[in-house]
Amino acid sequence: MVTEALILSGLLFTIGAAGVLIRRNAIVMFMCIELMLNAVNLSFIAISRQVGVSAQLFVIFVMTVAAAEAAVGLAIIISIFRHYSSVDVRNFRLLRW
Amino acid sequence: MVGPPVVPALVALAQEAAQSAEAAHQAAYVPFLPSWMILLPFLGFLFNGAVGFFAPQQRKLVSVVGPGVLGLAALIAVVNLVMLAGVHDAEAVIRSYFVWIDIGQLRIDAALQLDQLSILMAVVVTVVSFIIHVYSIGYMGADPGYARYFSYLNLFVFFMLVLVLAANFPIMFIGWEGVGLCSYLLIGFWFTQGEKAEAGQKAFVVNRIGDFGFLMAMFALYAYLGTLDFHTVFEMAPRAFEYGGAAVTLITLFLFLGCTGKSAQIPLYVWLPDAMDGPTPVSALIHAATMVTAGVYLVARSGVLFALAPISMNVVAVIGAVTALFAGTIAVMQFDIKRVIAYSTISQLGYMFLAVGVGAFTAGIFHLGTHAFFKALLFMASGAVIHAMHHALEHAGEPAGEDMTQDMRNMGGLRSHLPTTFKTAWVAALALAGVFPFAGFFSKDEIIWSAGAAGQTVLWAIGIATALLTAGYITRWLVMVFHGENRMGREVRGYLHEAPLVMTGALVVLAIGSVVTGWVNIPEALPLLPEFTWLHGFLHPSFEAAEHILVEHLGEPAHAAPVGGGEGVWAIISTVAALAVIVIVFNALRAKKYRPAAEAVEPSGPAGLLYHKYYVDEVYETLILRPFRGICRFSWRVIDQVVIDGVAVNGTAYATRFFGWIVSRLQTGQVGTYALIVVLGVLVFLGFVTL
Repeated sequence: MVTEALILSGLLFTIGAAGVLIRRNAIVMFMCIELMLNAVNLSFIAISRQVGVSAQLFVIFVMTVAAAEAAVGLAIIISIFRHYSSVDVRNFRLLRW
Repeated sequence: MVGPPVVPALVALAQEAAQSAEAAHQAAYVPFLPSWMILLPFLGFLFNGAVGFFAPQQRKLVSVVGPGVLGLAALIAVVNLVMLAGVHDAEAVIRSYFVWIDIGQLRIDAALQLDQLSILMAVVVTVVSFIIHVYSIGYMGADPGYARYFSYLNLFVFFMLVLVLAANFPIMFIGWEGVGLCSYLLIGFWFTQGEKAEAGQKAFVVNRIGDFGFLMAMFALYAYLGTLDFHTVFEMAPRAFEYGGAAVTLITLFLFLGCTGKSAQIPLYVWLPDAMDGPTPVSALIHAATMVTAGVYLVARSGVLFALAPISMNVVAVIGAVTALFAGTIAVMQFDIKRVIAYSTISQLGYMFLAVGVGAFTAGIFHLGTHAFFKALLFMASGAVIHAMHHALEHAGEPAGEDMTQDMRNMGGLRSHLPTTFKTAWVAALALAGVFPFAGFFSKDEIIWSAGAAGQTVLWAIGIATALLTAGYITRWLVMVFHGENRMGREVRGYLHEAPLVMTGALVVLAIGSVVTGWVNIPEALPLLPEFTWLHGFLHPSFEAAEHILVEHLGEPAHAAPVGGGEGVWAIISTVAALAVIVIVFNALRAKKYRPAAEAVEPSGPAGLLYHKYYVDEVYETLILRPFRGICRFSWRVIDQVVIDGVAVNGTAYATRFFGWIVSRLQTGQVGTYALIVVLGVLVFLGFVTL
C-alpha cells in the first residue's frame, strides 16, 4: 500500500516539476508548484505508516507554508498582471544583468 | 674686514695661541682650538642662511660675518701650522668628540686627525677661502642672492675642512659628499637659467659615479681590516695586505675612481668645464683651489695603501699624465675666458696625480698648494675681466650675456683698462707656466723630476710636453684678453673700468702668494739657491710609512733623468723652454687679428677637434647617455607601462571583469531558466547522494 502511494506521489511531483519547467503562464506554474507540494504531502502521509505520527506533523507545516506562499504568490501575480496586462513569465525579465 | 664685535674674540684667540705655543715648545704638539676651525664656517653658514631667509637686504652684516668667520678659521689654522712646524716630527693628534656609529664591531667616532698633512691642507683651504670670500664682496655685491651665496660658501668651507681634518674614512666621506653638495648648489646658483641648473646636475651625477668607488673602497677596507680609522688602517695595512695583492689593488682602484670624479680626471672630468657656469669666485674656490684637489689629498692620505699596490700607482700616474696632456691640448683652442682656465685646472690636477702616482706625495701636495694660489688668481682675474665687460656692456645698453662677456674674441687690449688685473694675471700665468722664480716653477719641476727619477720615461716626457703646452695656452689667454687691440665697440670701451678695491686687493694678495708659496721647498740641486726643503721635512711624518714601503720594494729613486742630466740641469732647461714658448707665442699672436665672437667662424680641421674638446661630450652622449636613455625609455614604456601597469594591474581588473561577465550571463531574468537550474541542481545533488 505504501509503495503504491509513493509511486503516485512521485508521479504527481514529476508532473508538477515538468509543469513548472514547461508552462509559461504564471498561474499555471503556481498551480504546478502546489501540485509538487501536495505530492510531497502525500508521500509524508504514506511514510507515517512506518515512522509514526511525526511525519503527519510535517504535512500540517507544509500546508501552512503553502497557504502563506499562495497568499504572497498570488498577490505578486496580480500586481504583475496589473502592470503588464499579462501573466506570461517570458515577459518578466527586468531582474537580470 | 672684521667688524668691532669680533676684535675681543681675536685678542682672546691670540692670547690662547701664545699660551698653547709656549706649551708646544716644552712638549709635543697640542692642537689649538681645532674644533672651532670647523665650527666657525658652520656658524657662518647658519647665520648667513638665517639672514638670507629673514633679512636678505642686510648686506653689510653678511659682508662682515661671511669672510669674518673664515678669517678667524684661517688664523686658527695658521697658528696650528706654526705650532706644528715648531715640533720636530710631531705625532698625529686625534681628537675624538663623540661616538657617531656604534654597531657590533663597527665603531666610528666623530674625530679629527691633526697632523702635518691635514693642517697644511686646512691652511691652504682657509687662507684661499678667506681671500676669495673677500673678493666675493665686490664680485657678488649687486646680486639679490648675496646672503644665500655667502651661506653656501661658508658651508662649503665647513665641509672641506671636515674632509681634510677627518680621522677616518666615513667622516671624510661626509665632507666629500658635503663639498659635492655645495658645488652643486653653487654651480646652479643662478638656477633660474636652465643650462646652469643642468650644469649643477651634471656635476652632481658625475660625482656620484666617483662616490660609488669611494663607498666600495670603504666596504672592502672594513671587510678586510674591520676598522676605518686612518691611523689603524695605515698601521695594519702593511701586515694585512700582501704587496701588490688583489685586495689592496682593488681597494685603491676604487678609491682612485672616487678621485677621478671629485678631481676631474679622465674619464670623469667632463663636469668641471660645465661647472664654470657658477659665479667666478666659486670657480676659483671650489673648482680650482680646494674641492677638486680633494682627490689628490685622498691619494696622499692613503699613501700607504697605494704604495702597497704598484698597479694602482701606475694607473694613477698614467691617468694623471694623460689627463694633463689631454686637457692641456683642449685649453689651446677654447675661447671662453673661464673654460681655458678650467681645462688648465684639469691639466694641473693631472700633474698632481702624476706626482702621487710615482710616489712623490710631497711634490703632489706642494703643487696642490701653489696651484691653489695661482689658479685661484687666474680665475679671479677672469672674474675681474668679466665684471668689467659686464658693466661696460650694460652701460652701453648692449646685450651682456655670458657669450658676450666671457668670449676672449671680444676682448683684447684690456691692459690699459684693468692695470692691476693685468699685472696679477701675468704673475699667475708665469707661475702656471713654471717660470722661475714663481711658485709653479718649484712645484711643477719637482713633479716632472720625480716622474723621471721613478723611471717613468714616457710620463716624464709627457710632463715636459705638457709644461710647454701650458706656457703656450696661458700666453694665448693673456694675449687675447689683455694685449693687442680692443675688439669692443668704441662706445663700450669707454665704460671699461678696473674692479673695486676688495677685488683688486684680493688679487694682489694672491699674486704675492703665487710667488712666495714656491719658496717653501727649494731643492738642493738648483744652482745659486740655498737648499731649503722645509716642506719635505715638515710633511715627512705624514708620508714616512708610504715612502718606506716604496723604497723597500722599488728601491731608491734615481738621481738622473731618463736621458741623463741632473735635477738642476733639467730645471733650467724647462724654465728656459717655457720662457721661449711664451716669447714665441706672444709674438706670434699679438699681431693676429681676432674677429669678435659674433663674426667669427668656427675652427675646423685639427683646431676644430680641439675646439670641440675632442667631442668627448658627444661620445659620452652617444655611447653612454643614449643607450642609458634607451634603457630608461624601455623600462618606462615597456616594463612599467605595459608589463606592470598593463598586464599586472589593469590585467587583473580586466580578467576579473571578464569572468564576472561570463558568470553574469547565467542571470537571465527568466524564471524558467532559474527553475531549470534548480531542478538540474537537485538532480545532480541526488545523483551524488545515491551514488
